Amino acid sequence: MKFASRCLFLLPLAFAPALATSIGELRTGTPAPQFQLTSSSGKPLSLTELKGRIVLVNFWASWCGPCRKEMPLLEQLNRQYRSKGVTLVGVDVEPDSTAAIDWLKATPVSFPILFDVDSKVSKLYQVEGMPNTVILDRQGNVRYIHRGYNTGAENEYLDQIRALIRE
Amino acid sequence: MHGRRNYTRLVALAGLLLGCAQAGVLPDDRADILYHHYNGGGMNIQGPSILVRKKIGDHVSLAGNYYVDNITGHVDTISGASVDAISGASTYHEKRTQESLSIDVLQGKTTYSAGYISGNEPDYRARTAFASVSEDMFGDLTTISFGFTRGWDKVGERGTTRNDPLERRNWQLSLAQVLTRNLLLGLNYETSESEGFLNNPYRLVRFISCSAPNARGYCTQPEQYPHTRTGNAGSGQLKYYLPWHAALEGHYRIYSDTWGIVAHTMELGYTQPVFRSWTIDGHARYYRQNHADFYSDLFPYQDAQNFLARDRELATFKSLTLGLGASWEFHPTRWTWLQKGTMNLRWDRLKIKYDDYREDWLNGLLPGTEPLYTLNANILQFFISGWF
Amino acid sequence: MTAAAALLAAAGLAALTACSPIQPWVKPYEREHLADPIMSFSRDPVSTNYSEHVFESREGARGATGTVGGGCGCN
Repeated sequence: MKFASRCLFLLPLAFAPALATSIGELRTGTPAPQFQLTSSSGKPLSLTELKGRIVLVNFWASWCGPCRKEMPLLEQLNRQYRSKGVTLVGVDVEPDSTAAIDWLKATPVSFPILFDVDSKVSKLYQVEGMPNTVILDRQGNVRYIHRGYNTGAENEYLDQIRALIRE
Repeated sequence: MHGRRNYTRLVALAGLLLGCAQAGVLPDDRADILYHHYNGGGMNIQGPSILVRKKIGDHVSLAGNYYVDNITGHVDTISGASVDAISGASTYHEKRTQESLSIDVLQGKTTYSAGYISGNEPDYRARTAFASVSEDMFGDLTTISFGFTRGWDKVGERGTTRNDPLERRNWQLSLAQVLTRNLLLGLNYETSESEGFLNNPYRLVRFISCSAPNARGYCTQPEQYPHTRTGNAGSGQLKYYLPWHAALEGHYRIYSDTWGIVAHTMELGYTQPVFRSWTIDGHARYYRQNHADFYSDLFPYQDAQNFLARDRELATFKSLTLGLGASWEFHPTRWTWLQKGTMNLRWDRLKIKYDDYREDWLNGLLPGTEPLYTLNANILQFFISGWF
Repeated sequence: MTAAAALLAAAGLAALTACSPIQPWVKPYEREHLADPIMSFSRDPVSTNYSEHVFESREGARGATGTVGGGCGCN
């Protein structure tokens, strides 16, 4: 129930690998929920570090066909726009990261992959379909939410990123 | 042969369960080439089945199937019964071809499907059209489908000009439900109505107390069936994911119709991936039914009832099928258009024990004292599948 | 059962979802096991369709299998 989720409070720093702010409804124009997860390089990555850059957060899983299909296109997008102030972050939602790590060995990407093993960030961002892409502006606000992947969606991402760059 | 429709639903459900996209997901593009071989009860039936499925854009999926039964049978010349090859039995060959085409259209959470099946034999022509709608709800945890099938058949008879119609109308209602992260539930309900020439023009019933019995002591007359038949079937299945990466499946179906047949089907299946690219399947199926109201192995005299049947399919029997399957998955790096492929082998052993159908082709026995018939059959399937 | 009754049942259920307070208890990111091909009710439709045809042409029962009957003069 929505009102129950609003009753969640700040979790102590010492606890989980992910920091959670109160869970409101994920709406465009509102600040993006903060989180910190361990990345594929072993180091933790926090959303606050990326303030000042346009961030595209992509929730995916190795068992999700459309997610795998989307990855090479996201990699292309990352290579093109990394120097233009855009950061791409992949969040693997699987409790067991083994399959994802294996898949990444075969299909490596140059953007950081974070492992949301407790599904805390997935819940925070109300991932209701897979894949799920959220685009944040330089101030850290949620601007666009994409649920699912259809052929040509990457063009929508490009249009939206370009619009955010121009701001 | 049966085309696709609800299995499209169930296959699509598997795709839906990926949780991918807010909307539903169409089934994967794939091609399958199957070789099937049935041997038992004096019959040998083999042939290919080719199934191709391809998406057009993001919202449409087309599928086509080509299926052939090459039948070699042995028929006892006196009783007309299909028998194991014995002297005095005549051999016949027959070919049945079936082609089908179906389309699935995905709009948000709704999938619309329609298809057409055309079946041809020298003495039987079957035409079937089907349509269905399927909707995802409750966060894609539930899928409800409703379908309708309409058939127009023409029953012929070799050596005559018979061309009798048979009309079929079926309604299906299905529910697929995710119960937990590891448990799936499927419920199906189907009503089938048939009207027209429902019996087999070649099959005979036998009776005693006749003026001119044959060498075995009985007489025969053509079977007489009602012109309508309505059946209802309800089934449920559960599939459970085992923690060591395996799946267990249980299935139960009950059937009852206006001919007095009540049938129960119970199935158990186990799937276990082994090594890196192999999957092993084990399967057991138990089926039992009681005979139709107007069925009898031996009638007391001619025209003993309004309706007369001696078709094994309408007898009282219990059946057990045990099956084993092995599947090998490969990822050819040389052909980039092929995502993955599988080679599959499946062997099933079918045994049917009849409680009221006797081996009437045996000589030197009093009619009604022949041993009850038991059918043993081996069913082999070999198929190669490719995903692209 | 009549077509109208079934259609009404399906429509009723569909209407229910619009105002339903029930939240999906298995989230999309929790469907790893369910997405595994071994959890499919029919992993290989070409084989399932054939098996159903073998049984239906030798038994009195038909229906509720998930396949569509194509009609045949079998047996």
